[in-house]
Amino acid sequence: MSYSKPKFKEKYSNFINGKFVAPLDGQYFDNTSPIDNSFIAKYPRSQKEDIELALDAANAAKESWGNTSATERATLLNKVADIIEANLEEFALVETCDNGKPIRETLNADIPLAVDHWRYFAACIRSEEGGASELDSNTLSMNIKEPLGVVGQIIPWNFPLLMLSWKLPPALVTGNCVVLKPAEQTPSSATLLMEKIADVFPPGVVNIVHGFGPEAGKPLASSARVDKVAFTGETTTGQLIMQYASKNLNPVTMELGGKSPNIFFNSVMDADDAYLDKAIEGAVLFAFNQGEVCTAPSRLLVQEDIYDAFMERVVARTNAIIQDNPYDVNTMIGAQASNDQYEKIQSYFKIGKDEGAKVLTGGSANKLEGNLANGFYIKPTILEGHNKMRVFQEEIFGPVVCVTKFKDEADAIEIANDTLYGLGAGVWTRDAHQLYQIPRAIKAGRVWVNCYHAYPAHAPFGGYKKSGFGRENHVMMLNYYRQTKNMLISYDKNKLGFF
Amino acid sequence: MKRVTITNEAAAVLEQLKVKHGELIFHQSGGCCDGSAPMVLEKGDLYLDESDILLGAIEGVNFYMNQDQFEYWKHTHLTIDITEGRGASFSLEIPLGLRFLIHSRLLTDEENAFFNK
Repeated sequence: MSYSKPKFKEKYSNFINGKFVAPLDGQYFDNTSPIDNSFIAKYPRSQKEDIELALDAANAAKESWGNTSATERATLLNKVADIIEANLEEFALVETCDNGKPIRETLNADIPLAVDHWRYFAACIRSEEGGASELDSNTLSMNIKEPLGVVGQIIPWNFPLLMLSWKLPPALVTGNCVVLKPAEQTPSSATLLMEKIADVFPPGVVNIVHGFGPEAGKPLASSARVDKVAFTGETTTGQLIMQYASKNLNPVTMELGGKSPNIFFNSVMDADDAYLDKAIEGAVLFAFNQGEVCTAPSRLLVQEDIYDAFMERVVARTNAIIQDNPYDVNTMIGAQASNDQYEKIQSYFKIGKDEGAKVLTGGSANKLEGNLANGFYIKPTILEGHNKMRVFQEEIFGPVVCVTKFKDEADAIEIANDTLYGLGAGVWTRDAHQLYQIPRAIKAGRVWVNCYHAYPAHAPFGGYKKSGFGRENHVMMLNYYRQTKNMLISYDKNKLGFF
Repeated sequence: MKRVTITNEAAAVLEQLKVKHGELIFHQSGGCCDGSAPMVLEKGDLYLDESDILLGAIEGVNFYMNQDQFEYWKHTHLTIDITEGRGASFSLEIPLGLRFLIHSRLLTDEENAFFNK
């Protein structure tokens, strides 16, 4: 079965104070589809003044929204989940068109997961309690959670609606108002969501402002009228945003990417069974979402005594990946999200080859036929080399994995940790000791054990080292969007006696 | 001998940005999404210290890279170029619908001896 490009309006607006509002100085940018490089629609090229308008609305709404009951807020989050779910196919199509990822993924992963995150945070807030401690027989310490106020969020283009659904629900359900800037490569699904949920929240609670980093992102991140900034993106911008936040003494959450190792110990080949089949697929997951995942398992570490046999199967499975029209439900990998990515990945092929990496499969762009010839397709690629090469150290953000051998456990741990980043890792083994000990030795925020690329709402996600700090998902995230108000109450009628 | 050079086309865009924004710097970014790209920023916007290695100046614009990343780049020669098509991030050329990018090659033996002695 195959879908086709969805219909769009000619032009879209920002969503501010419960209404669609044109950018104040009337500038727009063209958004295109990476599937065939065709025009999608015009989106606002917002400036500081548009951000200020959104901040006016958010600040005006924060008092009353912050005082709504948890029940009320959770109900609205559930309503959003129901609306996305009822329009799942429409959201999936728009997402595929804007990002280039296959419809199979948006139908079965991106959109259903987004729905679940709205429901998860609605459930969390209903079930949690504050704290009270009797410090002595006359003194009670009570902790009440209060919202921060207004939150600025800047999200990436690799999972547009899902990243929005990681960031918006926890901020909203804790009583904050939000100004969110979607990535300019993928503004469509956030806009579609606002069309569908325009009346769900009171005006000013959710505001979406489109535009470019230096023109719209910077005024949002540096504003003294936000109480927190959450960012997903690259390191230099992350550092900049932290600096701006430091001027306002604001907290920040940073998710800045990785170069995640996926480690296969020799016991995976002890039998040719369902588990081995799963492990081979686990190695090939580097191509998932065209490799445009911060946690992509982009370094493959294989124990030397199984290396040849294991890699033969990994290469064969990689070669079986269907790369074709993303609207076709049989397509497994689609287009890179932009020309920018497309060219960057190819430049890394050159860097890798110059440094002596060997191409085991792929290693070039994939020219598809018809309209797709204008799209940005890269063949799933395996490069063989060593961990000091730049292709092993830098985030390529494409369907490219770099493979190397290791001798023993110590060697595997050393290579795994020899990276600036620490976001994700995978460990595959049938050995029960390794199952526990190796993940504990890896400096990363998420270690998948005998699995990879699962992102359930109830598991915290975030980085060590230069991958950032703070966590997303999980109930613990509520506290990233809240203050603790401690009320220290005395029931003693007697004075201290000091004065 | 220079570690970093720039193409004429990229230099012209850099001049254009200088007129609009004043003094500039380049900082090589790493990490997710739009990382691994050179970012051009207003001088003074990004806090720099001894962990930022100065690789050289091009057209009066200093090019920096974080020390950790430089460890893996010290054997490469960089040429800054400009191309059509918008990038992302906070880099100043993005609203122009253009983006800076880096072509790199391994240093020659002679260059390597000069820079990494």
